[in-house]
Amino acid sequence: MGTYSTNEFKSGLKIMIDNDPCAIVENEFVKPGKGQAFNRVKIRNLKTGRVVERTFKSGESVEAADVMDTDMQYLYNDGEFYHFMVPDTFEQYAASVEAVGDAAKWIKGEEMCVVTLWNDVPLAVTPPNFAILEVTDTDPGVRGDTSGGGGKPATLETGAVVRVPLFIDIGDVLKIDTRTGEYVSRARE
Amino acid sequence: MNPRRDWRPAASLENLQLRAQILAGIRAFFSVRNVMEVETPLLSAAAATAPFLDSFVTRYEGPMAPQGQRLYLQTSPEFAMKRLLVGGSGPIYQICKAFRNGEAGAQHNPEFTMLEWYRPGFDHHALMDEVEALVDSVLGTGSIQRIQYRALFLNNVGLNPFEFSAEEARACLSRHGVDAPNMEGATLDDWLTLILTHIIEPSLASKAVFIHGFPASQAMLARLSDTEPPVAERFELYVNGIELANGFHELQDGIEQQRRFELELQQREQIGLPPMPMDDALVDALMHGLPDCAGVALGVDRLLMLAANENALARVLAFPVDRC
Repeated sequence: MGTYSTNEFKSGLKIMIDNDPCAIVENEFVKPGKGQAFNRVKIRNLKTGRVVERTFKSGESVEAADVMDTDMQYLYNDGEFYHFMVPDTFEQYAASVEAVGDAAKWIKGEEMCVVTLWNDVPLAVTPPNFAILEVTDTDPGVRGDTSGGGGKPATLETGAVVRVPLFIDIGDVLKIDTRTGEYVSRARE
Repeated sequence: MNPRRDWRPAASLENLQLRAQILAGIRAFFSVRNVMEVETPLLSAAAATAPFLDSFVTRYEGPMAPQGQRLYLQTSPEFAMKRLLVGGSGPIYQICKAFRNGEAGAQHNPEFTMLEWYRPGFDHHALMDEVEALVDSVLGTGSIQRIQYRALFLNNVGLNPFEFSAEEARACLSRHGVDAPNMEGATLDDWLTLILTHIIEPSLASKAVFIHGFPASQAMLARLSDTEPPVAERFELYVNGIELANGFHELQDGIEQQRRFELELQQREQIGLPPMPMDDALVDALMHGLPDCAGVALGVDRLLMLAANENALARVLAFPVDRC
């Protein structure tokens, strides 16, 4: 496995810290005019999502994490694992509930996701930026109210609950921004 | 692989204008005080020996050096300016480029503008007064608090910087939520640097402070006090947690200077750094007799960054290292 020197540090770089794969969030070079140089970095543990601070003496080397982002199509959930496929090779991967995390709220099948592999095992799943999902439950729509003011909760076919405008009804198909979890618009299918 | 360099200036036009204003202000400041502007070479056959200064090296070939000669880009104009002082220049200042390899970040660029000046007859306290006046004229900092290095550490982290162990330093960092890195082969000064940069500098945000009375091991080119324990008659100015200036009541003793250079060369060898040619000409000049004086170096780009209220050096440089 390769290593990275502190000179290669930049946000997004994947390194091993305490045997866990991590991504650098922020890298700060600190050095007084007359003293030792350090790199003070914020790193996100890719397994737990926790962000911690670490300091390295400048010039030190750190083990690289064999982490790769791959575009995959979501196929189905067998009750225990979420199954994904690389379209070009038909290669399939099974992702655990922990790896899929919040992405589960936005995928129902066939979506193209980014699956982060660590040593060829799914570590995290990033859903498409926008999801198109049907409303399965909400209070009856208030016809004519398109002001967008106020709002109410609506349950989507994946089980996710989002805040929607008052005019939305059961059976409406919505476009949701998965990065914020916010309603964008009604979608025509 | 190499992306095309961005042709555009990194600094705004306002910041470039502010730089011109500040440079003019500095020259006016010294003009009324009868301090002479000088220029010394950026290239030198000798280099800084300090282990944490990494000099750029280049090569001259031509008349006077048919076999070629290694030349180093200066890390500061200190050695050459002291030779001028020995030569009888009287008070002098210089605004020039200094170069330090391996340094780039929000507060560092490998090539930067330095203001350095020397005042015969001043000690470090008199020079702090003058630095205070100059910085006030640019940043409006007014009267600046002075605190001893020892008190700074005792008050901020409860550690006596003149008497501690690596274990105590590690515990002190951990109390303040800092996980110490792998410090194998580190000196006690490296631990102090770690505490200073990680805990103390952030606590100095939004104020200006002079730190003085450094441990003797961090004297550099400063003389030592005759107190017990001796402290280096050296000061640093921090503004908003940013190290802005470093000054000395200058060491006059040529033999002591040579001993310090040799010690630094030994330290370089111990940590596997290449040797550097020490500045014999400076040692010879000191043997000839440096006037009692104090000198200080101030980072002009950082001064500008503070004046412009920017948080990255690149915002005040026309072309920082990724565009140069």
